[in-house]
Amino acid sequence: MNPFLDYILTSIPLGMTFLYGCTGEILTEKAGHLNLGIPGIMCIGGACGCFALKLMNGTNIPPALIVIISILCAFIGGILMGAVYSFLTVTLKANQNVTGLAMTTFGVGTTKFIMNGMAGNGGTIYLYALDYFRFPFAESTNSLKYNGVMVYLALIIALVASFVLTRTRVGLHLRAVGENPATADAVGINVTMYKYVATCIGSGIAALGGLFYIMDYAGSYEAYKSIEALGWLAVALVIFTLWKPHISIVGSILFGMLYLAGSRIPTLLKIQLDISATPLLQMLPYVVTIIVLIVTSVSKKRENQPPAGLGLPYFREER
Amino acid sequence: MKMREKTHELPFHVVKRDTMPFWKSMTIRIVAVVAALLLCSVLSVFMINANPFEFIETMIDGVLGSSRRLWKFAKDASILLCIALAVTPAFRMRFWNIGAEGQTLIGALASVGVAYYLGDHVPNGPLLILMFVASILAGAIWGCVPAIFKAKWNTNETLFTLMMNYVASGLVAYFLLLWTPSGSSVLGALSVGHLPVIGHEYLLLIVAVLVLTAIVYIYLHYTKQGYEISVVGESENTARYIGIGVGKVIIRTMIVSGAICGLAGFLIVGALDHSVTTTTVGGMGFTAIMVSWLAKFNPLVMIGTSAFITFMQQGSAQITTRFNIDSAFPDIVVGIVLFFIIGCEFFISYSLKFRESKKKGEKE
Repeated sequence: MNPFLDYILTSIPLGMTFLYGCTGEILTEKAGHLNLGIPGIMCIGGACGCFALKLMNGTNIPPALIVIISILCAFIGGILMGAVYSFLTVTLKANQNVTGLAMTTFGVGTTKFIMNGMAGNGGTIYLYALDYFRFPFAESTNSLKYNGVMVYLALIIALVASFVLTRTRVGLHLRAVGENPATADAVGINVTMYKYVATCIGSGIAALGGLFYIMDYAGSYEAYKSIEALGWLAVALVIFTLWKPHISIVGSILFGMLYLAGSRIPTLLKIQLDISATPLLQMLPYVVTIIVLIVTSVSKKRENQPPAGLGLPYFREER
Repeated sequence: MKMREKTHELPFHVVKRDTMPFWKSMTIRIVAVVAALLLCSVLSVFMINANPFEFIETMIDGVLGSSRRLWKFAKDASILLCIALAVTPAFRMRFWNIGAEGQTLIGALASVGVAYYLGDHVPNGPLLILMFVASILAGAIWGCVPAIFKAKWNTNETLFTLMMNYVASGLVAYFLLLWTPSGSSVLGALSVGHLPVIGHEYLLLIVAVLVLTAIVYIYLHYTKQGYEISVVGESENTARYIGIGVGKVIIRTMIVSGAICGLAGFLIVGALDHSVTTTTVGGMGFTAIMVSWLAKFNPLVMIGTSAFITFMQQGSAQITTRFNIDSAFPDIVVGIVLFFIIGCEFFISYSLKFRESKKKGEKE
């Protein structure tokens, strides 16, 4: 296969990991909550999905159902984490940054605990059986095989999220809640409910990213270790794509390409790079994010700004 | 009236409290911690078959069990305290610097770099001074870059500093490859640039951090610059109105913040590791944020909170070795305890007022 095409075909599925996290975080941020727990939530999603797969190991449930059930389990795991986060930040009005970081500590730790626990008694077997996840291209022998069911699911979720946010009444209300909760409240929008639902669904979507990365893209039980770093990139991607899920589809693939640049560019351009240059190339996505961050803040276009109420707790009686 | 029937009313409503006496707020926090530990020990009953008393006992044993453990506890708590002190000035002006991880790492890298290149040419004393200066400069630069953009264009500092962490860790990976010709990326302990050992191996480090705590406390509470930080944190408009250059304060404070992080990196290299890896800081930059926040950004209280978090980590690490469970357990315990403490802050700053009966309400 053409090496460039191969490069793109591997970048797309890696990018989908970011896309799940990014779409989830966009929904949360549109409700005015900066959820720094996304990396932890993605980890938990992976752990819950894998746990479900292990339970179904050896039973005669049809493959299609196995995929659906494990995706649902990851989604529910994410929703539970999102519920804890929203209880603390919405109802108890806790500091969002601190809560988010605690979520990440907890999520990453719990995931490591669950994954190692499963590996301890023969859980690894199931973590290599990936054919169901790579449904249309399972037979393929090149990079195409990574483009399975969950890649399409990520794209669909991002498009639906974009549609809901920009074209429906619910989306309008949600954006109002994120921009100015006091005004939204005055109009009669149930601010608390919108914040809860957006955060929980957002966390659920992000959690799918973890399952996708472990079970499909990496296909190895060890993969949970790199989810945290990917999760932070997903959070950064939200800024890169200016809070727009449909742009984040392109953005996530670009991030996937940047992330793989370290290993792909030298072979692609047929140049011999010194081995020490690899870490520098791996810094690319982070550096690009910083540049985008600076450019958007310098340009000060109104539609490119974060939701005005981002990071602030809303207390009705406070004026 | 019709509208009223429709709306669903909770039996209580939430009111903001003024200030709560210190003992009362401490009691609430202690209750939260005890509840969290109870939950953890109940969890442990299911996971590792230990009864809750055994759980607590093992935790205490893991920290106080032997003098070696006690020293390790004091060492870990001091490093954590040092990084927490570093993030505090920035937090007091509501600048969410979550890049302490990277600022410390770059400081450690600068220290190792100086020792690696100059170790053979410079005697130990001046070498230590050079390492010290290099670390502080590196940390300060890492801290002040996001601050400049924040001050000039209001660039989001949370994500900027977060990204800087990964840039720092990439640089460390790069230099490790450069310094280890075999490509193993493992740099053995350097033979030069060790801080002198006074009394115990860790004593100098602990004393240095305690002195630093006092300095930061005085800086924040009794100097003009510390006052300016507080004003900017309370309200930027007020600060501007009384003639404080907000941008200048932001940049200056982040230089201080980054420099202390760099100092922490220097201490890690000079007194403990004598080397650097991408995981030298190992998440302490993030834990330090909790330490600082739990102490309400008061450096003296941070001695207590950093000791508390380290106690949790080391105590639950003991549980993992004793009951032979996965080493991730401490993170779960710390996570749960943090959730409870974060949640209990609500009851300190707000109170629930239960509604009187409906009739009385309508009369008014």
